[in-house]
Amino acid sequence: MLKVPFISSQEEESTVDAVIREAVATELPTDVSVEMPNPAVEVNNFSLWYGDFQAVTEVSIKFPRKKITAVIGPSGCGKSTLLRGINRMNELIGGVRTQGNVLLEGTNVYADAVDPVEVRRRVGMVFQKPNPFPRSIRDNILFGARVNGYQANEDELVEAALRSAALWDEVNHDLKQSGLALSGGQQQRLCIARAIAVSPEVLLMDEPCSALDPVATLKIEDLMRELAKDYTIIIVTHNMQQAARVSDFTAFMLSDDTARGKLIEFGPTTDLFTNPSDERTEAYITGRFG
Amino acid sequence: MAEDTGTLGRSAAVFKASMQWRRLKSHFFVVLGLLSVLLGVVALLVLLVDVIVQGSGWLDWQFFTSFDSRFPARAGIKAALFGTLYMMVFTMLLAVPIGVMTAIYLEEYAGDNWFTQFIQVNIANLAGVPSIVYGLLGLQVFVRIMEMGRSVLAGSCTMALLILPIIIVASREAIRAVPPSMREASFALGASKWETVRHHVLPYALPGMLTGAILAAARAIGETAPLITIGALTFVPFLPEHPLDRFTVLPIQIFNWVSRAQSEFHHLAAAGIIVLLVVLIILNSVAIYLRQRLRTRY
Amino acid sequence: MAEDVSPFSHYPPRNDMSSRASRRFKEEAIRYVLLATATLSIVTTLGILLSLTGETLFFFREVSLVEFLTETEWTPLFAIKKFGIWPLVTATALVAFIALAVAIPTGLLIAIYLSEFASTRVRDVVKPVLEVLAGVPTVVYGYFALTLVTPILQEFIPGMRIFNALSAGIVMGIMIIPMVASLSEDAIGAVPQALREGAYGLGATRFEVALQVVVPAALSGIVASAVLALSRAVGETMIVSIAAGQNPTFTLDPRVPIETMTAYIVQVSLGDTPFASLEYRTIFAVGIMLFFLTFAMNIFAHWFVRRFREEYD
Ligand SMILES: Nc1ncnc2c1ncn2[C@@H]1O[C@H](COP(=O)(O)OP(=O)(O)OP(=O)(O)O)[C@@H](O)[C@H]1O
Ligand SMILES: [Mg+2]
Repeated sequence: MLKVPFISSQEEESTVDAVIREAVATELPTDVSVEMPNPAVEVNNFSLWYGDFQAVTEVSIKFPRKKITAVIGPSGCGKSTLLRGINRMNELIGGVRTQGNVLLEGTNVYADAVDPVEVRRRVGMVFQKPNPFPRSIRDNILFGARVNGYQANEDELVEAALRSAALWDEVNHDLKQSGLALSGGQQQRLCIARAIAVSPEVLLMDEPCSALDPVATLKIEDLMRELAKDYTIIIVTHNMQQAARVSDFTAFMLSDDTARGKLIEFGPTTDLFTNPSDERTEAYITGRFG
Repeated sequence: MAEDTGTLGRSAAVFKASMQWRRLKSHFFVVLGLLSVLLGVVALLVLLVDVIVQGSGWLDWQFFTSFDSRFPARAGIKAALFGTLYMMVFTMLLAVPIGVMTAIYLEEYAGDNWFTQFIQVNIANLAGVPSIVYGLLGLQVFVRIMEMGRSVLAGSCTMALLILPIIIVASREAIRAVPPSMREASFALGASKWETVRHHVLPYALPGMLTGAILAAARAIGETAPLITIGALTFVPFLPEHPLDRFTVLPIQIFNWVSRAQSEFHHLAAAGIIVLLVVLIILNSVAIYLRQRLRTRY
Repeated sequence: MAEDVSPFSHYPPRNDMSSRASRRFKEEAIRYVLLATATLSIVTTLGILLSLTGETLFFFREVSLVEFLTETEWTPLFAIKKFGIWPLVTATALVAFIALAVAIPTGLLIAIYLSEFASTRVRDVVKPVLEVLAGVPTVVYGYFALTLVTPILQEFIPGMRIFNALSAGIVMGIMIIPMVASLSEDAIGAVPQALREGAYGLGATRFEVALQVVVPAALSGIVASAVLALSRAVGETMIVSIAAGQNPTFTLDPRVPIETMTAYIVQVSLGDTPFASLEYRTIFAVGIMLFFLTFAMNIFAHWFVRRFREEYD
C-alpha cells in the first residue's frame, strides 16, 4: 500500500518536494479559480451515518466541471464514504442515513422522486480493485449499456469505449476473451471503459491505481487527463504525487476528536500543495501525520 | 478523442429503457421471493397445526405407558420410547468417540498426503450416501455376518456409521477454531503432541463438538429407513432388556400407524409425531444454547 | 536446609535431550489408535461396496442382467417372478422430477431473494424456519403427504388415487427446498461484493444485478446444488414408502400408485424374508443401483463446482 509514500526520511523530502512542485508547475493549467460558477456536482452540508457512526460531517464542496478533483486525507477519514455518497452507492449497505444534499447538474440526487439507479448511470464509478465481470470484454462493456436500454450500434459503442479507455489496441484482436484474463492495469482500464460506455457525466474513482504497478498507474493517469476533456472526474487517492500530477483541484479531508469526515481545505491543487492555508493540510502533505 | 466520445452520445437519448418497467421487475421479483418463502413457512405451519389438531387429543398418560395394540384406544409408545432411548445411547457411545478421534487425527496428526486426502473425500462421499444404503450395510454386516440379529445393537451400529460423517465434520470445525497460539504455548512449555491435544485443544473444542454431537443425535432419532431395512419390528409389545433384543423406535412406530387404513391410527401417528418433534425441539434448543454460550465465551 | 532444595531440582537430569522411551511409546501408540479410527470411514465404504456387490453377484447368477435391464415388469414377490428394474427406475425418476420441479425454482428464488433483496431482519426470521423445515424427520413428511396433501389433490384432480407419485413428489420437494436454498445461497454468497458494486455503479437495478451478474457468476454452485438435490430425492425413502404406494407399475402417470427403488427395499424389509433367498438378494441389486446413481451425482456435483468455479483473486 502506498499510504504516504514519498516522505520517509529527511533526505528524500526535498527531492520529492521538488518533484511535486515541478509536477504542479508543469502539468496544471494556470487559469483556474476556486470560484466555479457552474459546478457539475455540488455537495451541500452533507453528512452520512453508518447506523450510529457518523462518517462524514457537514461537507460542502463544488466539483468543477470537466476538471479532475483529488480527494486526499488519512485512512478512514471518510473519503470513500463521501465519494459513494455522490452516486448513492452507500445505500446498498443497510442502516445508512444521510443529511444535506448532492446536486448533479442542479438536481438533488437525494430527492424523493430520484431513482438511485438513474443517478448511478449518470455518475460512473471505478473501484479500488479492478472488478470486471467474469465474462467477455465485449459483454463487460455492453452490460451497463444493455440494462440501460442502449439501442444504437453495439460494436461502435464497444470500440468507442475501449478507445476512450486506451485499451482498444491491446484487446481488439479478441473481444471474446474473458475480462478476468487481462492484466490488472488492463482490467482497470476495462472497468473505466465499462463506466464510460453508459455515457456518464461524472466519473468517480476510488483509489483506482492502488492495486496497480507504476507503469500501469502512469497509463491510467494519462488516460484520466485525456478523459478530463469530457468528464468531471473525482478521484480519491493516497498517493500525493498522483494527486499533484493529475488533479486540477484538491480537497483535503480529516477526522479528529470533534468530528469525523470533515472537509478541511479545498482549492486549486497548485495552491493547496505549495501554499496550504490550514496548518493541518500542511502537516498532512508534508507527511508529518496521517 | 473527441470524435470517439462523440459516437457515445453524451445525451441520454440513446438510452431508452423504461425506468418504470425496470423497477417493476425488481418489485415483481421481491413478490416471487416472498411467495417462495411463504410456501416454506406455510407448509411448516400447516404441518404443525394439522399434527397438533389431529394428535393432541390422543396424548394422555395411557399413550406413554402402553405398548402398541390392535385397538387404537389402547395403543401407546412405551416400547418405541424405550427403543429410541436405548438405540440412541448405544449409537452415541459408538459414534462420538470414533468421530472425535477421527477429527483429532485429521486435524492434529494427519500429514498433507494422498492418504489424508483420500480419507477426507471418502467422508464427504459417505455423507451423501442414502440412509437406506446404510440399512443394507447393517443388514448384511451386523445382522447377518456378525450375527447380532435384528437387535438394538445392530441398529445402533448402523446408525452410528450413518451419523459418523456429521460428527467428524462438526468436531473438525470445533478443533479448527482453537487458536494456534494455544498449541504453540503448550508446545513451548515442553508438552508432547497428545498432552497438548488432551489438555488444551480438547477442552477448548468441547462445546463445539458437543453441539455437533447433539445435532447428529437429532438426525439419528428421526431416521427410519435404515432401521426398517435391518428389520426393526413394527409391532413390539415388550421392552428390550438386552442389547441383542429386538426393538422398535419412535419413527417406525409412527410409520406403522400411518400405514394402517383406519383413521384412528392416523391420530395415533399424529400424537407420536408431536412427541418426536418435541424431543427434536428440545435437542436443537440445547444445541443452539451451547452454540450461543460458545460465542459469548470466546 | 530448606533453601538447598530448589523446586527446580525435581526435574529429570538435563543432560539427555531425547525423551523417555515410555513417553515416546505412548505418543506413538496414540497416533496409531487415532489413525485406526480415521481408517474406519474407508472400511465403511468398503463394507458398503462388498456387502452390496456380494449379494448382487449371487442375484445375477439366478437372474440374467439382460432381463434385469430390458424387462418392464418387476414381480419378485409374486408366484410368476419377473425381474425388470424399469418400473422402479421410472417411478424413482418420476417422483424425483416432481420434487425437483418444486424444490429448485422455490429454493433458488429463496436463495436469491434472501441474499440480494431481503433485509437482515427478514433473513433472521426466514433462515431458522428453513432450518426447522430441514430438520423435520422424513416420516413426518410422509404423514403430511398421505393424510393432508393427497386428500387436497383428490379434490382437484380426477382419478387421483390414495397412493400416488404427485403428492409424494410435492412433499419431497418441500422437504428439499431448504437444501437447495442453503447450497445456492452459499454459492451466491461466494460471489465477490465488488462484482455487485461494479454493476450497481453502472446503473443496474437490483433485479438486473441479481439475475445478470450474481446468478451467472454463481452458476456452477447452483447447478451443483440442483444435482445434489436430485441425489437426495432419488435416495429419499420414507415419503415414497408411505405416500406413493407399493405397486411397481411401469408408468409416468403421477396419479396412480407406483413403487420407487427405495420403497421396494422397505417393502421387502417389512416382510420376514429369509437370508440368502432370491427376494433377499433383490434388495441388494436395487441397493447397488441406488448407491452408484447417487454416488455418481455427488461426485459430479463436486467436480462441477471445482471445474467451473470462477477464480477471483
Ligand atoms: N459499511 C460500513 N459500516 C460501518 N462503518 C463504516 C462502513 N464503511 C466505512 N465505515 C467507517 O467509516 C469511516 C470512513 O470510512 P471510509 O471508507 O470512507 O474511509 P476512507 O477515507 O476511504 O479510508 P481509506 O483511505 O482507508 O480507504 C471509517 O471509520 C470506517 O470504519
Ligand atoms: Mg477508501
